[in-house]
Amino acid sequence: MRYKLLAISTLASVLVVGCSSEEVVKKDAPAAKAKPALMMGASASMLSETCEGCHGTSGNSSGPAIPSIAGMSEDYLVEAMEDYLSGDTQSTIMGRIIKGYTQDEIESMAKYYSSQTYIPAKQATNATMAKKGKQLHNTYCEKCHSDGGINIEDDSGLLAGQWMPYLQYSLEDYTNSDRTISKKMKKKLDALIAKEGHAGVKSVIQYYGSYK
Amino acid sequence: MNKFNRRNFIKVSGGALGVAAVSATTFYTPSAYAAKARVVIVGGGMGGATAARYIKRLDPAIDVTIVEANPTYHTCFLSNMVIGNERKLDYLAHGYAGLAKEGINIVHDTVSAIDDNSITTASGKKLAFDRCIVSPGVSFKFIDGHNEKLANTKVPHAWKAGKQTQLLRDQLTSMKDGGTVLICPPRNPFRCPPGPYERASLIANYLKKSGKKKSKIIILDPKDKFSKFGLFREGWKNHYGFDGQQNGGEKSMITWIKAAEGGAIEELDAKNMTVTAAVEDFKADVINIIPDQKAGHIAHVAGLVDKSGWCPVNLHTFESTIRSNIHVIGDASIAKGMPKSGYAAASEAKVCAASVVQLLNGQSLTTPSYVNTCYSILSTNPADGISVAAVYRLREDGSKIQKVSGGLTPSGKDYNASHRAREVQYALSWYENITSNTFAD
Repeated sequence: MRYKLLAISTLASVLVVGCSSEEVVKKDAPAAKAKPALMMGASASMLSETCEGCHGTSGNSSGPAIPSIAGMSEDYLVEAMEDYLSGDTQSTIMGRIIKGYTQDEIESMAKYYSSQTYIPAKQATNATMAKKGKQLHNTYCEKCHSDGGINIEDDSGLLAGQWMPYLQYSLEDYTNSDRTISKKMKKKLDALIAKEGHAGVKSVIQYYGSYK
Repeated sequence: MNKFNRRNFIKVSGGALGVAAVSATTFYTPSAYAAKARVVIVGGGMGGATAARYIKRLDPAIDVTIVEANPTYHTCFLSNMVIGNERKLDYLAHGYAGLAKEGINIVHDTVSAIDDNSITTASGKKLAFDRCIVSPGVSFKFIDGHNEKLANTKVPHAWKAGKQTQLLRDQLTSMKDGGTVLICPPRNPFRCPPGPYERASLIANYLKKSGKKKSKIIILDPKDKFSKFGLFREGWKNHYGFDGQQNGGEKSMITWIKAAEGGAIEELDAKNMTVTAAVEDFKADVINIIPDQKAGHIAHVAGLVDKSGWCPVNLHTFESTIRSNIHVIGDASIAKGMPKSGYAAASEAKVCAASVVQLLNGQSLTTPSYVNTCYSILSTNPADGISVAAVYRLREDGSKIQKVSGGLTPSGKDYNASHRAREVQYALSWYENITSNTFAD
């Protein structure tokens, strides 16, 4: 997997993407015009600053449909970006953007955002649903998303205090197979939906949203 | 809200502060400590405000001043949501209190001259600088019969958000059903390439929603193609009855008249609300002329423009290739390879900020990275949004900011209705993040 990603994301091959096949053929000819060399080696902060316009300053989002990425587990962030790159996670825009970065850069951005201080989103929640959601979380989710989804040591997503509309999108993607899901998680999510329906999922989201 | 971590600021700046104390100068420095260098930023829009914030973030010992005429900035992006009656004008408003709180000096004044080491303002203030960043946006080339005064009262361009945005919205909301709206986009290059076509979409969205279904929108275009071309036309077909074969048609709310069919306009008769185009005259109830553009006024006064009317720059530092120590970012600059958008201006500002800090500290320049993301809303009911995104690298020879990935929202057989609805939500969330990232509000 890693090897494949490296091959995809080295800049030379990225540049070939977008050429017509004719141009590619020309490129292989010995007298082909060389593609212009590009400056590489941007720092983690330089690379990461370009994300802030969408994901918020230091990775804390002010917009409810876009997730905060500050303070997440480094491994989780690398995996999330790799899944956008491979298409295992369907996306509207991230899949287009992530192709512009090398594996090293993906890792350095993950490290950068992992080290930023996470600020839980301020959002109104329904107390009754959140209470129900807490029980459901404890039954179905806590084993991997420990401490109510705030502990990142297990390299799972940071759920507590995440924007609820984003969580809603993510869970829709998981249930529609638009996002890579581990066998373990699929089993638990299916069980939750079988027992509590989509209302149960909504309650769990309210619980995460209620984290202060 | 101050999202930067103050403790980190102090940690980073500890060494720099020591240096500053030794080399304290007698120049005007309102900050608590003597600055080691002064940066004056001309224009507090997306480029200028972002540059200010990132310079301060990278090196708090640098004294940063923004000179901006207006106390409130209205973003151009999402202003079509105000024109289309989906948001109030206030939604677009941003002040400078957040930036002031981060230690950036804000001077509300108009810059009248840029000398080699200082700027002069209309009120006679002189501000010295070691480096100056000019982010003046665009100015307009009006056709015969059109001018800024008319734009403020009767035929708005609404291409700088504010009162004209409101005026255009009011003209649309008071227009009777069956009325005609003319939209006249400019020639390339101009600020926000998809903007005129998003505007047509959101005006159609308003007319449809408000029951003014007999009304027509005519786009008189001096071009034969435009940004997100296929996506807009598909959206117009899906939502507003547009027939691509006819570039409109009987049942379409939107008609597009391209250059080859006489779309270029020549003259405005505001009294009779008539526009003379290449082939025929068009009379309308609401006329929105978006004039051809050039760099903002001060760039011309300061001798920063070339024959094209825009500012040539080094693409790594954004330093003018005409005048040294003066950098130009945003719509006014010739950022070869990047579009003139708010996100691009902010991205250029971040690259420029890093370069300016390195130059002022005598460090060598590091590798830049650039991104653009740009959303357009086609319809709010059903919600349908589209986007274009790109990641760029600088060519080693500095000749171009080269796109290395990105592209458009999928369409045609890859159309995904739920993703389209999400893109509208992403556009709105993107707005919250880009504006708070720039204005610290």
